[in-house]
Amino acid sequence: MPRIGVFVCQCGNNIAATVDTKKVAEEMSKIPGVVYTCDYKFMCSSPGQEMLKQAIKENKLDGVIVSACSPHMHEKTFRKASEAAGLNPYQCEITNIREQCSWVHHDSTKKVGTLKSTDLTRMTIERLKKNAPLKKIKIPIKKKALVIGGGIAGIQAALDIAEGGRQVILVEREPSIGGNMARLSETFPTMDCSQCILTPKMVEAELNENITLLTYSEIEKVDGYIGNFTVQIRRKSKYVDEERCTGCGECMEKCPFKTESQFELGLNKRKIIYTPFPQSVPNVPVIDAPNCPKIQKDKCGACAVVCGPKCIDFKMEDKIVTEEVGAIVVATGYQLMPNERFGEYGYGRIKDVISGMQFERLASSSGPTGGEIRRPSDGKVPKNVVFIQCVGSRDEKKGVSYCSKICCMYTAKHTKLYSHKVHGGQSYVFYMDIRSGGKRYEEFVRGAIEHDGAMYLRGRVSRVYEKDGKVIVQGADTLSGSQVEIEADMVVLATAIVSRTGADTLAQKLGIGYDKYKFYNEYHPKLKPVETVTAGIFLAGTCMGPMDIPESVAQGSAAASKVLSLFSADEMAREPITSVVNKTTCNACWDCVTACPYSAIERDTIKNRQGEILRWVAKVNDGVCQGCGVCVAACRSKSIDLKGYTDEQVFAAINAF
Amino acid sequence: MKIKLAQEEINSSLIKKIERISGEDLKMCYQCGNCSGGCPVSYAMEIPPSQVMRFLQLGKVEQVAKANSMWVCVGCLQCYSRCPKGVSVAAVLEGMRQLTLRKGEDNQKIQDIPFPFLKKAPQQALVCGFRKFVS
Repeated sequence: MPRIGVFVCQCGNNIAATVDTKKVAEEMSKIPGVVYTCDYKFMCSSPGQEMLKQAIKENKLDGVIVSACSPHMHEKTFRKASEAAGLNPYQCEITNIREQCSWVHHDSTKKVGTLKSTDLTRMTIERLKKNAPLKKIKIPIKKKALVIGGGIAGIQAALDIAEGGRQVILVEREPSIGGNMARLSETFPTMDCSQCILTPKMVEAELNENITLLTYSEIEKVDGYIGNFTVQIRRKSKYVDEERCTGCGECMEKCPFKTESQFELGLNKRKIIYTPFPQSVPNVPVIDAPNCPKIQKDKCGACAVVCGPKCIDFKMEDKIVTEEVGAIVVATGYQLMPNERFGEYGYGRIKDVISGMQFERLASSSGPTGGEIRRPSDGKVPKNVVFIQCVGSRDEKKGVSYCSKICCMYTAKHTKLYSHKVHGGQSYVFYMDIRSGGKRYEEFVRGAIEHDGAMYLRGRVSRVYEKDGKVIVQGADTLSGSQVEIEADMVVLATAIVSRTGADTLAQKLGIGYDKYKFYNEYHPKLKPVETVTAGIFLAGTCMGPMDIPESVAQGSAAASKVLSLFSADEMAREPITSVVNKTTCNACWDCVTACPYSAIERDTIKNRQGEILRWVAKVNDGVCQGCGVCVAACRSKSIDLKGYTDEQVFAAINAF
Repeated sequence: MKIKLAQEEINSSLIKKIERISGEDLKMCYQCGNCSGGCPVSYAMEIPPSQVMRFLQLGKVEQVAKANSMWVCVGCLQCYSRCPKGVSVAAVLEGMRQLTLRKGEDNQKIQDIPFPFLKKAPQQALVCGFRKFVS
């Protein structure tokens, strides 16, 4: 006969207001096998837990039920207390009589609530009687991390993990790490040069012996689970041997062909064999195969001729490398929404309408104009520049409904840069609201207006057109209540931040969630901001949504600290609520293998002593199984059970109702 | 109303003059509307104080010059005492009045004031009024 103790919590008045806890306890004491019952004001308090421990010891209880709040709240607390009293923690079960009972009833006579609580608790008692003691699953951890994305967030995460003495693989899609930050001229609100603060970190990432840089590479496939991921990485062919290349740049000099530079956003040309920008890390050029006449038509080959160490190989092919890692940090960053979508602003049609990122390149000393603000159409210095904010952001109909968060700040920065570089120029900013929350941010925007003379106009622009070599901007200034027209020389659009193309495919490979904008979902927006629902995979930076550099860096470091704390133990304990296959009845139909959303079920064999295969059976990998129970439902021969929630237990609970 | 914005107007010498007379930096105003909210005579103004500031920021002196706002302002300095940026709209309006009066364009003609009123009104009020409305 089992010896079960039932503890009914009043939760102050949360439960006691609609449930007669004393009566519930009394009713429970009548059930065979229940040897101890009580009710108490706050079971989760220290005296409450003490009471539980004492009752277990004094009454030699072998099972405990706490009828209280949701198991999400205090299951851990009570299981820990039970364990401290010498009970198997999984012999402690929770009945939820708060969220699922007292809170949803208003009956102050306590009739309904008491009845329901009694029923719920009785069901748990019958379920508990069939419980088997469980043990936590221990899984080993591979102490090597993978960081996807070599922007500032990814670099920071990789550096921090490497500093902690662990191996990191940093995978970057482009030929160089650096990401979007490498394109920026200066950064708000301190106005320090973006490259000057970024490149030291890039070089550090290259030189750190714990970091393996895999540039021009993409994630092909991810298998496994926390502590034990197997990742296949496609190393796209650079046509240049990375090991032998000295980065002399001779090949780039000699290459006779040019194409539009993606890094300069079409404002400049680059060679076919190229590094995206002069400070690229690694300083190894790649050949743009679709545009290379040697690769396409077997003509030219000038680069191979001049290459001293002979490291150019036109026959090089993509390679797939397999890496085993214990944790993954996803920091894939953002891109900008295509501006062409907004016909009223004339982007793509009018040459002097450019994006904010293009303005960054114009203002950058390493950019196409060497840092001089010159308009793309005729190279003249623009005397009147109009900046338009919220292009695509906060535009439910044509764009996205969210605020891109950084545009207010970088536009203020643009007006400052412009006023510093073009004396006597006038900048206009059309805005809806100025969002400058952050340390020294509001002061920065006011500085742009008060000291640098930017004319801020509250209203959107509804039309941009060309007339006599000028760009006419028509908008509104709601503060004066007037329609406004400006004869501008150049227009800069503060385009919305959107998720990377292919963000969804990567999320599916990783098994992490994303929202309707394909930004990755954090586990909890406040309390688990860098975790994902998949254990062992962490997030950092703008792959989660718009954010500025300080936030991205902070998240990179946060994700790194999560990885390091995971790596601090040799093995990891997991909840033992997993499926188990009854090998004697399994008929190897593999329905469970197809049904399992976590690829946790393997095909196993039963062999005789001679090593001959007798039968095939399904086997659950405890490390991967999340205990969802899909396989249990799918199994035709009823050979799979979920530990802690076996069919027998569930039926016992239903029968008790 | 449709207006054209031009750099020459925004930074015109007239704007500079108003700033010099009033001692206020027009760019400092961030259009919170506190002045218009508290002004005891704002109801009688054709353009409320905050919009006076806005038009001047945009370089549209003419808009303000033709409105009655600067003559309605009694200079109680409520706007100044409440302004989070420390701007005195009253001083700016005084600047506007000076611009007009210095051109010899009086707002009131003494001979048009009815004699009984002149006799009844306190002397100090008359002196103040003349100072404000007449060059």
